[in-house]
Amino acid sequence: MSPILAIVRRDLLMVMRRKSEVLTALFFFVIVTSLFPLGIGPEPTLLRKIAPGVLWVAALLATMLGLQRMFAADHADGTLEQMAISPTPLVMLVVGKIGAHWLVSGLPLVLVAPVLGIQFDLDASALGVLVVALLLGTPLLSLIGSIGAALTLGVRGGGVLLSLLVLPLFIPALIFGAGAVEAHISGLGAGGHLSLLAAMLALAVFFAPWATTAALRIALE
Amino acid sequence: MSNRLINWFRFASPHNFYPLAGKMIPVFWALAALFGIAGLWMGFFVAPTDAQQGEGYRIIFVHVPASWLSMFIYMVMATWSAIGLSLNARLSSMMAQALAPTGALMAFLSLWTGAFWGKPMWGTWWVWDARLTSELILFFLYLGFMALQASIDDPRRADKAGAIVALVGAVNVPIIYFSVKWWNTLHQGSSVNLAKSSMAVTMLWGMLLMALCMWMYSVAIALTRVRTIILEREAHTEWVLQLDEVKA
Repeated sequence: MSPILAIVRRDLLMVMRRKSEVLTALFFFVIVTSLFPLGIGPEPTLLRKIAPGVLWVAALLATMLGLQRMFAADHADGTLEQMAISPTPLVMLVVGKIGAHWLVSGLPLVLVAPVLGIQFDLDASALGVLVVALLLGTPLLSLIGSIGAALTLGVRGGGVLLSLLVLPLFIPALIFGAGAVEAHISGLGAGGHLSLLAAMLALAVFFAPWATTAALRIALE
Repeated sequence: MSNRLINWFRFASPHNFYPLAGKMIPVFWALAALFGIAGLWMGFFVAPTDAQQGEGYRIIFVHVPASWLSMFIYMVMATWSAIGLSLNARLSSMMAQALAPTGALMAFLSLWTGAFWGKPMWGTWWVWDARLTSELILFFLYLGFMALQASIDDPRRADKAGAIVALVGAVNVPIIYFSVKWWNTLHQGSSVNLAKSSMAVTMLWGMLLMALCMWMYSVAIALTRVRTIILEREAHTEWVLQLDEVKA
């Protein structure tokens, strides 16, 4: 466990020294969600209806912003190679990096989402479901995204390519994440959606770090 | 036993596979033409006009085989990728690379003809039905695979990175399909009922023949493409330089 925590602490420390990167993604999330009412109109019933989808799509895009940087700096200065040849299994270090990415770019979104939800006239219980759904969904995005980030490491046009690779894979998370809030609002209960989201998270926790590690080893060859 | 194994792996080498593929290509073209003529004849002249859908339904003779093949080719591609990744076999990865454009073409054809079919039948070019949506996402997966391979210069690295994308995609395709399906039923109840109303036997035959035709076409075109890829990648080797078509 300690190597994972060590990587998380190191990555968080590096982020704290360059705060602008975290804040950029967070403000991107805030601004994008605020654009929708301006574009569509301030009608509360309409806003309530689109709120889950808009918040989730914005969260997907905000996660994408940070993904490219997940391994890029370590790859550029050779740290990644040192990690690969260190006695600790690379997959543990990858788990640490994914965890750090979630703490930096996923958790702030979860925390700020209720405030944005109020802008869309969601009531308190719907906000609660939104937070739970994002809490389950954003780690899933970091996990799936890490595969794409590792694959596009040092590749021409990496950023655009990353979105092409990763966004289709985000679709199930989007469907059940936004669906949970919608189901709750329409009185169906969010339990089913949240369970599926949790199931996908469990699956991704198990498989994604391995795929990412394999992709990193290919990039380091 | 050991002898047979050696024979089996003989064609895993691009050097041995190149002439074999050259011999197989005309056979598959001939089969494709044969099945195609038979299928089109069945589809246009034998199969009766559908009672509900009129003549327009005949587009399924292209649409359904294209959809089948788009999914089937993805599976084959993922399998070749897995073999290429686990056995570190160059030719398997080349096969995966050669199949991707054909798979993408089939997915595109399926969406395109589906839109043509949807307009007269459902009155709309597009609905957010589970099958349509997952076919669209499958098309995106093909594009992602090809884009990633195209942007990596080192062919071996491109092979392996592409293989991971293909495998991750193969795991995700069923998840995406079911998530879209449940999302759709929760949203609006199925507006589109695709349940076949006891299809005439000749229609089914026409469809199967066309599926065989397109399958054989896909094999022929993939083999042609893999031969080109072999020539490109092995351009530095002696045996390629000795080939008649290269010398000429």
